[in-house]
Parts: sequence; structure tokens; C-alpha cells
Amino acid sequence: MTALTLSIGGRERQVNPWFFIWIAAIGIAVGFYFLREAAPWAFKYPRGWIIPLRFWITDFVKWLLNGFDLGLFTFKELTRSISWLVEQPYDMVRSLLADGFKEGQGSDAIEVFPRVSWIAAVIIVAMMGHFARDWKLAALGAACFFYLAVFGQWDSAMVTLSSIAIAVPFGVVGGISLGILGFRSPFFRAIISPVLDLMQTVPVFAYLVPILILFGFGPVSAMIATIIYAMPPMVRVTMLALKQVPAEVIEFGRMAGCTTRQMMWKVMIPSAKPTLMVGFNQVVMLSLNMVIIASMIGAGGLGFDVLNALKRLRIGEGIEAGVAITLLAIALDRLSQAIAHKAQPGHEVITRNIWQRHPYLMGAAGLLVVTWGLGVFFPSVQTYPESLHLTTGTFWDGVVKWININFFNQLDGMKNFLLLNAMIPIKRFLLSLPWVVVVGFVTLAGLQLGGWRLGVLVGLLALFIVVVGQWPKSMITVYLCGMAVFIAGCIGIPIGIYAALNDRFHRFIQVVVDTLQTLPSFVYLMPVVMLFRVGDFAALLAVIAYAITPAIRYTDHGIRRVPPHLIEASIAAGCTPLQILWKVRLPMALPEIMLGINQTIMMALSMLVITALVGTRDLGQEVYIALTKADSGRGLVAGLCVAFIAIIADRLINAWSVKRKAELGLD
Amino acid sequence: MASEISPHPVKLACRGVWKIFGDNATRFLADKNNAPSDSELIDAGMIAAVRDATLEIPEGEIFIIMGLSGSGKSTMVRCLSRLIEPTAGEVLFEGQDLLKTSPKDMIEIRRHKMGMVFQHFALLPHLTVLGNVAFPLEVQGIDKKTREGRALEVIELVGLSGREGYYPRELSGGQQQRVGIARSLAVEPDIWFLDEPFSALDPLIRREMQDEFLRLQQMLKKTIVFITHDFDEAIRLADHIAIMKDGEIIQIGTPEELVMHPATDYVAEFTRGIPRAKVLTAQAVMEAPTAGEYSVQVRFDSRLEELGANILHADKPFAVIDENEAVIGQISRDAVLEILVGAPNDDADTGNAGAS
Ligand SMILES: Nc1ncnc2c1ncn2[C@@H]1O[C@H](COP(=O)(O)OP(=O)(O)OP(=O)(O)O)[C@@H](O)[C@H]1O
Ligand SMILES: [Mg+2]
Repeated sequence: MTALTLSIGGRERQVNPWFFIWIAAIGIAVGFYFLREAAPWAFKYPRGWIIPLRFWITDFVKWLLNGFDLGLFTFKELTRSISWLVEQPYDMVRSLLADGFKEGQGSDAIEVFPRVSWIAAVIIVAMMGHFARDWKLAALGAACFFYLAVFGQWDSAMVTLSSIAIAVPFGVVGGISLGILGFRSPFFRAIISPVLDLMQTVPVFAYLVPILILFGFGPVSAMIATIIYAMPPMVRVTMLALKQVPAEVIEFGRMAGCTTRQMMWKVMIPSAKPTLMVGFNQVVMLSLNMVIIASMIGAGGLGFDVLNALKRLRIGEGIEAGVAITLLAIALDRLSQAIAHKAQPGHEVITRNIWQRHPYLMGAAGLLVVTWGLGVFFPSVQTYPESLHLTTGTFWDGVVKWININFFNQLDGMKNFLLLNAMIPIKRFLLSLPWVVVVGFVTLAGLQLGGWRLGVLVGLLALFIVVVGQWPKSMITVYLCGMAVFIAGCIGIPIGIYAALNDRFHRFIQVVVDTLQTLPSFVYLMPVVMLFRVGDFAALLAVIAYAITPAIRYTDHGIRRVPPHLIEASIAAGCTPLQILWKVRLPMALPEIMLGINQTIMMALSMLVITALVGTRDLGQEVYIALTKADSGRGLVAGLCVAFIAIIADRLINAWSVKRKAELGLD
Repeated sequence: MASEISPHPVKLACRGVWKIFGDNATRFLADKNNAPSDSELIDAGMIAAVRDATLEIPEGEIFIIMGLSGSGKSTMVRCLSRLIEPTAGEVLFEGQDLLKTSPKDMIEIRRHKMGMVFQHFALLPHLTVLGNVAFPLEVQGIDKKTREGRALEVIELVGLSGREGYYPRELSGGQQQRVGIARSLAVEPDIWFLDEPFSALDPLIRREMQDEFLRLQQMLKKTIVFITHDFDEAIRLADHIAIMKDGEIIQIGTPEELVMHPATDYVAEFTRGIPRAKVLTAQAVMEAPTAGEYSVQVRFDSRLEELGANILHADKPFAVIDENEAVIGQISRDAVLEILVGAPNDDADTGNAGAS
């Protein structure tokens, strides 16, 4: 913040007026405590004043479903046809990968054609790895898939994979189409940008509810939720990639006499391909994350296994499925990244033979035919024999038991200590704050950091939370999120600093962070539940583990980015290494570090909602309840509150960071 | 500053062209009666990249626009090709006002009559050399066999045979620009725009490409608008040069005219340091013939630089002849020596140069 200078030695210097404004604000805030009797509404927002937004939304969704007629067809018919559109390819792929092609209904169905055999699948993954990069990637991919077969996760994993196989093309094509529209029309861009912002901050559970209501329980609505969730980054990447096409290339296209369509499809999209491929990787990973979460509305697959294990506290099974998800995530991430960054082929000698031109494709096709043939005679080629399944479930259960027997006191003591001495007091304090004061402070911070526009924006967002009656739960969310972010910062920033100063550690931590970032959020719940059962503390740990990565990454990056001449200058000035760190590197890197913290906040908020599964009492729980009761208004309103908390934090921190960077002359 | 009337018809011309960047530039310009002053532009927050430009480009000539960075050259050439919509003025291509041409006709004109080469090559990364060169034909819907046949011809023309299957990233800068040149020639354009085509290249390669360019032009005889900020390059290649400063064209003339009769101090400053022997032609420095004896005959348009080699053997004046080999003047050996050895063009009055 702007440096504060007071009169020193009688010489008046300029004093920042904000200093007095904040003193006055705090004074007023304290004053409220004496007015407790006179103005109780400032502490507890009266029920009668609550705007019943959630009921309006619920009614609206009901009306959409039952009463809305679009003339040619009803809204219900529209959602039905969308379901149908998604269902067809999904059924195909699911038959191919997971269920086999069947004729007939239910249990009398007979298999007319088997699914892809596990051997073929493992080898094809290896071939993809080799095609996209090298033998190492091939081995990694094959190993991950082999694990799925050996540990009995194959069926679930293939269901999950089928969802991804469909969600990704829909997400990519949809994202590119919307991105092109946004690129072409400033009007459309103005509409879509805030929607994208909101979609990336509204917790995923929140839009599961309306989707559940509109499309029903089952894999199709899970798929639609997945597509909606995975698309926004693709839209953004597309707009960005198109904007980055060099002006000269576009001018060339015009000089060559391209029509508008030729310009887009022959010039711009191919030129933008490398950036678009980055979006492709993101869509794959987000789809995986969402497909796992969407098991709550019927996606099935690995997510369902984890969810089921969580509900029944079958830790061993849960961890096994969690590991399977992790391996699937790693395999998908590395493969899709390798494909995205695949070195483009150089010029080649022209070959005629189809085998020579498409060796991988032809090889895979041959493999499928051969394994299908063999599978008829040897069932173990078709399906990994159950008798050879390994399981670690009992092992994990044993570990949990052993930990509980030997370390229960220590773990419980730690948990209780933190709960009693830090968590509960902070929670009490936050809940006791009058909402008027908090909204006022937020507005004031906005005014100071970004002018009246920002002030009004964040003030209104905070007010929204109040008037829809979600204040107490929001404060619990803020408390959990704040604690998690604080602790994640305390751990992550030092790690980041050390990584920035030590190259070997940097490489190591990079691998760890990369891997952590690919894991779907669900996976984080398993180990904490294993150690601490349910409750705020377990939730807190899961959130910290999930959200720590940006704190590490941005700190590392920020410190490495400090211009070398500054370091040289300070060495020349005789600073010790510690002084350089404290006086030069950290202050210069602070804006970047704050952006990392900002990311941490965003991730923490999205994780918090998921931790509702392990029993928190915040907005996440509100959304979760709405999901189980299929109450769209309740879910969306709580979801919007989470989104608004995220947006307030995001805008304030960004404004600060921009201001500070300008002061430091960075960028 | 008026140049001589060229024998060739005008291919491309523009009159009173303005390009102002800023909101509501058209209204602003009209309000100021097409003559805003500097302070009015600044007050309105406008940038005038091209100001009231008028020029005529004769068919078959290399017309060079030069000026320092930011002087508006690129904007000028984009106004001429209507890649940028000028704020005011008219652009006449073969007598037709381009600015009144419909978008559809514009596409046709670009497809068949215009070619452009870019400073940073602007090759399409996903296409091979062959694909890039054939691209302008592809968008016209020409079938694959025809367009690739034509592309192979131009690739050979620019000396890239054997590299048809390479991707741009596998080529050096010079090779990439050869692809850019080949591509712009594939449609056999009537007018050829080149925006600093050699600026991104090393000096050695640049010279090689200039020679290549001259060789091509000898064969093709295109009408060329060539942008550069390098005066050396300009005098090597130009038939006419337009000098721009802050969006204004301050002088148009042959290289010789610019060196001998700079219109402003700015132009003089620009041309200072250029050895005059590189610029001056025999015609420009000759005296009336005295019907005496001559040592060597030189063509009226040869540069004095080229006489240097003969000077040792010349004890008598050089004869200057025209296209029909008729003697039209003479140059004394001393006059040549003075220009070759004398100080560069510090003082435009020395020498016995006559205006052409
Ligand atoms: N799209 C634009 N918006 C605003 N100003 C522009 C735009 N394009 C060019 N200008 C301004 O117009 C002026 C002329 O630019 P232009 O690119 O034509 O110069 P140039 O002579 O080609 O320079 P260079 O040699 O650096 O390429 C510059 O001051 C530039 O900043
Ligand atoms: Mg330019």
C-alpha cells in the first residue's frame, strides 16, 4: 500500500489521506458495538428484509421446464433434444470402451460385439505416447492403464474415460465456436466475458442443480455439466489465440483475396493452432475433474466409487479409486500436453503406402482386429481375469486402523488445539462483525485500490450476499477459506522462495506441483478423511493441499523474474544474501506473489464447496443440500454468493497488484 | 520538386489521402476542412499517420517510399492497397477509385492484380513452401494440379527449387522472404507492394536479395511500390523515390534529383553522406559536346560510379550517348575524378551538374 509518511523531526511531510479515512472507518466500526441495542439490524440482517431470490429462481426453473413454450417446440423438448444429441455419441463410445455393444434390454441383453480389450487399450495408449513424444511417455501411459486393469478399476475407469472422450470434442468445438463469435463481434464479447468470469467462479455444484432438474439424473446431464464446465477456458483461449495472430498474416490473407470464411479457417485458425492446443489440454483436464464431481448427478465411473466410499467411510476402496483417478489424470495430462506441444513434422519424403503414411493408425486398427479375434477364444485377452486382480483396499484399511490406534491422541490433540485456539475464535469473531461494517470496509478498500467503480462493484456484490440472507454462512466460508489461504501461504511462499533460489529443488518441486495440479479435487478428500475423519479441520487440510500450488508457483516465478541487474547492483552495494532476499527480491516479487495468493483463494473457494461432503457448515453445505434436494434456487443463490466472494477478493487483489507493479516499474 | 513527365501511363495514384487514427476521425477531418493543424490533432488526441498524400506511380516503375520509423510508410502503402481505409482522399488504380469499389470487387482485384510482400514474411506456419506459394491460387478455387504447377514455376524463379516440401520454420530468413516473394508473384499481379521486404535480413543477405529483386524486375517489369527506411537500398533500386516525414510526403523525385536538389533541409540531411557517384548519371553531369575526340562512350543513364574503372585509360573526355548511340554530351576526366574523389555531397553547388 502507499507508504505512510508522518511528520518526522517537526518537518511536515505529505500524509496519505487514506490513513485518516481508515482510522475514521475503524472508529465508526467500533462505535457500532455500543449501538448494539439501538441497531440490532446491523448485526443480524432481519429475516423480513431478505429478498426471496432463491424462490424466484426455483419457480423460474420450474416454469422453464413446464410452462415455457418457444413456439415451435417447448423448452422441455429443447432440453430433451440436447440430451439426445449428447447421448448418441456417448452410448457409442461407452459401448466401445466399457460395456460392449448389446442388443436387448437390461439383464437379458446379449452382447453382439465386445468392447475394446484391455490389452489393446494399454498398447494403444502406449502407441499414442510414442506417437506424441517418445518411449518414456509410452511407458508411462501404458503403466497407468495397466494399473487400472490389475487393480480392478478397469470398468469404472472406462466409463469415466468414455465421458471424457465425448465431453472433450464438444467442449473444444463449442469453445472454439463461441471464441470465434466473441472475436468477431465486440457486442457478443461484451456479453460473454462476464458470463465466463462468473462460470469460472461459481462453484461447480451450483450449476449441477439446474442441470439436474432440466436434464434429469444420469450420465447425460453429468456430461452436459462437464461440457459447460470445461468450455469457458477454451472460449478464452480461442479469443486470445485469434487476437495473437500477427497483423501481417491477416493482411496477407486479405491481399490474397480471402473471403471472411477462408480467412478464418485457412489463415487464422491454423496460425493460432499452437495456442489453441493449450486450450485443448485444459479442456481435457477440466473434463476429468468435472466428470469425477458429476458422479453426484449420475456420471458413474471412478467418481462414483470415490463418492460411495466416502459416504460409507470405506477408506480403502476410496483410496484405491483415488489412486486410479490420479493415474488416469497423469496419463491424460501428459498425453494431451505432448500432443499439444508435439514438434511439428519436418518436410518428408513422399511415401505412397498407407501403412507407411499412417503407421500408428494402421497399427492400432490391426491390433484391435487381432485382439477381438483372440478374445473370442481367450477371455483373458478380452477382460483382465478377475482372479489376478490385486487389491490394496485391505492394506489401506489396515494403515488407517494402525494410524488411529497409534496416533489417535497426537492427531486428535493437534486437531483440537488448532480448533480451540485458532479456528473457533476466528470464526466467532467473524460472525460477530456487523454486516454493515464489513460491507463498508470492502467498499472502502475498493475505492482506495481501484477508484469509485471498483468500490461500487465490490460494495454491491457484498450487499447482494447480505440481502439474499446468506451472510452467516458466507462468513463461515470466508473464515475457512481465509484460514486455508493463510496457512497455504505460510507453507507455500517459503517453498516457493527456496525453489527460486535453488535450481535442483526448483526442478523437483515443479514435478510435484505439476502432478498436484492435474489431480481432480475429489481425490484430495480421501487422505484427510483417512486421518481426521469429517469436520472443519479435515476440510481445512483438504483445501490447503488443493490450493497451495499457485502460492508455490507464483512465488517461485515472481522471485526468479526480479531483474538480474537489480541483484547485481545490490551485491555491488554490499548486501548480504539475506538482505538481498528481504530488501530486493521479496518486495519486487510481492505483486506476483499476491497474484499467486489470489489464485490460491480462487482454488480454495472451489474446493471448499466440495469439502461440504466431509461436513462443513458454510455456503458449500448450502449448495450441497440444494443438490440433494434438487432445489435450484437455493443452490444457485449460494453458488452466486461463493462466486461473489471470489470476485471481490479477485478484483481487490488484482487492483492492488496492478497499482504496486506500476509503482515498482514492472511490466 | 516536380518530376519529369514519365512516358508510361500512371498505374496507381492517390490524391489528398489522409489517414488519421482516433475516434470519429472522419468527422474530425471534415470539421477541420481537411486541413487540421498539429495542435488541433494533438488536442483531439488524433494521430495523423498520412497527411494529404498525393502521388502517381507510372507503370513498370519501381517507386520507393522512404522515411524514418514512424513516418507513416506502412500506413501509406496500406492505404494504397486499401488494407487500411483512408480517412479522406482517393486512390486510383488503373483509373478506378479503389475506395469506391465494393468489397466483392476488391477481393477480385486483390486476387488477380495485387501482390504484397511483408517485412516479417507473414508465411503460414502450417503450410509447406509449396502450400504457401500456392495459397493465393487456392483461395481462388483453382484446382490442385494447376496451382501447384504454377507454384513450382515461381519457386524455381526465386531459386528455391528442391525445398518445396519444407516448412517455413525450416528455412533461413532470406529463404523465407524468397517464399514471400514467390507467393506474391504466383498470381502474376499487375502491381506489387513490398513493405520493407529486406529489413529483417542481415546486410549481406539483404544485398543478395536486392540483386535478386532487380533480376526479377528485369524479367517481369511489374509496377512496384517498395517501402524502405534505408536510403542506400532506395537509390540502388528506385526509379522514383518519395520521402515521407511525419506522415507528409515532402519530396518525390529520382534519386539524382533528391541528392542534387533536396527540397528541404530534412531531405538534404537524409541524402548527406551518400557518395554522389552512386547517384549521379552521366547525363546529369555532362557538358555540351565539343565535337572533339572521345576516349570511351558511356550511356546517358550509367552512374558515374561505373566510369571509375575506365578512368585510368581515359586521356580524352567521355562521350555520352543516348539510346540511339547518338552523342548528346561529354564529360571531362577531371569532372569525373572530382565527383569520385571529392567530398561527399556536403555542398550541392560544387560540380558542374545540370538539372535534368
Ligand atoms: N493502428 C494504429 N493506431 C494508432 N496509431 C497507429 C496505428 N498504426 C500506425 N499508427 C501510428 O501511425 C504512425 C505511422 O506508422 P507506420 O507504421 O505507418 O510507420 P512506418 O513508417 O511504417 O514505421 P516503421 O518504419 O517503424 O515501420 C506512427 O506514429 C504509428 O504510431
Ligand atoms: Mg512500417
